[in-house]
Amino acid sequence: MAGNIWIIAEAWRGQVSEITFELLALGREVAGQAGAPLEAVLLGSNARELAQKLGAADSVLYADNAALADPVPENFATALAQLIKEKQPAAVLVPLTNLSVDVGVVLAAQLGVPFLNYCKDLKAEGGNLTATCVLYGGKMEATVTASAKPAIIGILPGARPVEQGRSDKAATITDVAVTLAAPKVHFKRYLESEAGDVDITQKDFLVAVGRGIQTKDNLDLAEDLAATLGGAVCGSRPVIDQGWLGLSRQVGKSGMLVKPKLYVMLGISGAPEHVEGMKGSQCIIAVNTDAAAPIFNVAHYGVVGDALEVAPALTEKIKARKG
Amino acid sequence: MSTATASADNGNGVMTLENLAKFPEGQKVYSCMQCGTCAATCPYGEDSEFPPRQIITMLQAGLIEEVFKSSSLLNCVACYACMAKCPRGIRLTEVLLPLVKEQVFAHMTDVPAELQKALQNTLRYGNPMGESPRKRALWTKTSPVPVPVLAEIKRPVDVLWFVECYTSYHPRGQDNSRATAKLFHAAGVDFAILGNEEKCAGECARLLGEKGLFDTLTDYNMKLLRKYPFKRIVTGAAHAYDAFKYQFPAVGFDFELHHTTPFFAQHLDKLKPRLTKKLNYAITYHDSCCLGRHNGFYDEPRALLQAIPGVKLVEMTHTGVNSICCGGGGGGMWLDTYYAAKGYERLSERRVKEALDTGADVLAVSCPYEISRFEDALKVQGGDKRMVVRDVVELLAEALED
Amino acid sequence: MDILVLMKVVPDVVEELEVGSDGKSLDTSFLRTIINERDDHALEQALLLKDKHGGKVTLLTLDAPDIDDVLFTALAKGADRAVKICGVESVQSTQTAVKLFGETIAKTPGLLPVDLILTGVSAIDDLDGLMAAPIAQQLGWPYAGVVTQVALADKTATVIKEFAGGVRGEYEVPTPAVLGIQAAEKPPRYVPVAKVRAAMKSQTIESVDAPAVEAATTVEVQQMAKPQVTGHAEMLEGSPEEVADKICELLAKRGLL
Repeated sequence: MAGNIWIIAEAWRGQVSEITFELLALGREVAGQAGAPLEAVLLGSNARELAQKLGAADSVLYADNAALADPVPENFATALAQLIKEKQPAAVLVPLTNLSVDVGVVLAAQLGVPFLNYCKDLKAEGGNLTATCVLYGGKMEATVTASAKPAIIGILPGARPVEQGRSDKAATITDVAVTLAAPKVHFKRYLESEAGDVDITQKDFLVAVGRGIQTKDNLDLAEDLAATLGGAVCGSRPVIDQGWLGLSRQVGKSGMLVKPKLYVMLGISGAPEHVEGMKGSQCIIAVNTDAAAPIFNVAHYGVVGDALEVAPALTEKIKARKG
Repeated sequence: MSTATASADNGNGVMTLENLAKFPEGQKVYSCMQCGTCAATCPYGEDSEFPPRQIITMLQAGLIEEVFKSSSLLNCVACYACMAKCPRGIRLTEVLLPLVKEQVFAHMTDVPAELQKALQNTLRYGNPMGESPRKRALWTKTSPVPVPVLAEIKRPVDVLWFVECYTSYHPRGQDNSRATAKLFHAAGVDFAILGNEEKCAGECARLLGEKGLFDTLTDYNMKLLRKYPFKRIVTGAAHAYDAFKYQFPAVGFDFELHHTTPFFAQHLDKLKPRLTKKLNYAITYHDSCCLGRHNGFYDEPRALLQAIPGVKLVEMTHTGVNSICCGGGGGGMWLDTYYAAKGYERLSERRVKEALDTGADVLAVSCPYEISRFEDALKVQGGDKRMVVRDVVELLAEALED
Repeated sequence: MDILVLMKVVPDVVEELEVGSDGKSLDTSFLRTIINERDDHALEQALLLKDKHGGKVTLLTLDAPDIDDVLFTALAKGADRAVKICGVESVQSTQTAVKLFGETIAKTPGLLPVDLILTGVSAIDDLDGLMAAPIAQQLGWPYAGVVTQVALADKTATVIKEFAGGVRGEYEVPTPAVLGIQAAEKPPRYVPVAKVRAAMKSQTIESVDAPAVEAATTVEVQQMAKPQVTGHAEMLEGSPEEVADKICELLAKRGLL
């Protein structure tokens, strides 16, 4: 396959996002199949040290520009478009996060090529790129060939394990220059999450509630279980939207990313937006009345049953054990 | 019972708040003597800005627009208590409140999320849960006896069984449906259901003020009923019974109609010899608003329960016309979070406290909403180990010989 | 402040989806469509801005079965004008939809000028692109996506974008601009069915002929299938008490108790 395989590294507020390593792991496989080098592209301002972490790639292109200090998608896309013109990669893998998706779609629009979306797996075979894309909220998977040059592909979180994309190898970094004019859209400031009573990202035990708990009153059952475990209660977006829990307790795509030792899910069906925020949990137990709920494909242990019955029973048993 | 409907036509067109006085039932509204019995008997009367008496005051003073701007009518769970107690015989829940609530609903800017979802689901999928209409009759696959579907059998039947939503989709509601099917068979009734074609009768939407949704569903269901030859309609859904009995005649409904509880009471001679299994339960029966206060079926459910060998019937403090509403009518089914946010006591909890006080093992009900409401309330009250909630038909089916 | 809202319908996943006989598209025999949830939020955001600033809200959509219900509902909610692009078979490609919308906006008299074009940031069937950015590119307008709040002032929209961890970003976007809406500031409003019925009687939906556009060809679906259930959870069975016991056992084994 002519051209390198690129992954766009996501760095945010001084850190490389974990999805970057997932993309490196996937990109490594694709590059191997294509017989092409894997190249990571990091754009930033005074962020060269972060490029060191991308040793899993054969090489790293690092562009430093003051206009890349803030998350202005237009600047990142313009910079990438310049580099793509110059380097002619075969494929550009973009993280499907709220931060990076706009970079991907603006880039594709600037280049006049499709933005292949919702990709969970990617292969290079016979000179073609074949993607597996998740459609209709996870109800279907499409096998798709992408023949655009370059193919801009949005990769879903969780495509490969984070660890697989980490490397102790020293990265081979090439500095590249980009020219950026003043953007149309101006970044003003970050708005931090509302001051919460509890930082759920720091808890080892989380009890997550979904709309399946039916009413706000039933939160007490989850609170009891969380207290017994020594953890906290969090929720899926619908629960937060209904005002049952504060925004600081939201887990998922637009909420917190959590990785507790134990994640107990009460009445959460497993919408991809929620799964994104908790899939890294070490032990996931899901209780749901619907045996076909997609969460049972994510959880380590599943119970088909009424969370309102299982939760209090579990609280009692744990209390008994803990004495 | 009267068959007066809110939209009865006496030559003055459809009754509205403006032309109320042109209708006999409307004139009665103006006979209100402001005794306040309605407000006192209303389960949320103390929490409401405009209990029925106040609404009539505002109507008489030409200030009814003020009522439309208040959300206090969301507190009305259409329990028929004010109407049952009014010394002037004003048909509040049937005549006045739906007209006012329709306006209140039209003026409402923030419909509580849970309620909004239920209404949108009912319009789109024909059931408030948002389940696939193509799965409405799926429960029949788990029925202990065959449940024929009218579109498939292509022959006239005696009884068209209108199943309704909770009884089609909710796991506990399906228990009710399986029991009902078993009883039809035991009583030798020739019956069939509408299957996936059936849609919600929409009575709760109407009582909430979403008249347009009710009308849309009524148009649909009435057309559907006309498609099939049958003699009479039986439904276990108390709200659907009310819709057919009081609202559907305005669109030409003239079928013989029964609720399952009085229907099976009529068939007790056939059923009783087959009720051979002894159930050693102490049972307390909850009079539902629709079946009890609104339609006067107080004796039939009790007769059925007493026909079961071994059953001991005990009564709660409030029974018959004084029964306490489960809080699920008139949209209350989807307002639990809203009421909780307002700090109101859940009526279902008030009710199960009384039920628990009787010391009974079983709380028997005859409206599909009550199973899940009372089971939840028992859990909250910590009484779910001492008492179970069963529909009258479930108990009968359990007592049937195998 | 005038706003154009672009809406499309997507398969309703309340119904089971099946693969069609060609093995690479949906079986349409039982397919029901529903308004893309995020487009519904875009409409709500437009109506909220209209409530605040006045102006006109115009809807533009691709023709589809039941689309009139969607449009009359939007008109009943307070939108001023509804236009559907007719003569299009069910559009499977977002790239093609972008071209249809873009050409129609540019060529249909009276759709422009507006201060904002709002559309859902994504849809569950967006396989080969998202709508808003390429439309902004065609018009040469600024774009912001994943937007959850919009405030309008003279020639500027201040928007909030959602990032991770509850952190959000505030941006200034010069208008006219195209915004991809993630969620409106309030959930989409309810409109009583009677008002929708009244809208059906009193309002009209305009039709425009679809412009001729080239079909997108660089993304080709080879196969469509229901996802294989892999890595399924180990299921614990029994009464709530039995299940609770089993969970305790496995927590103890993992040293979590």
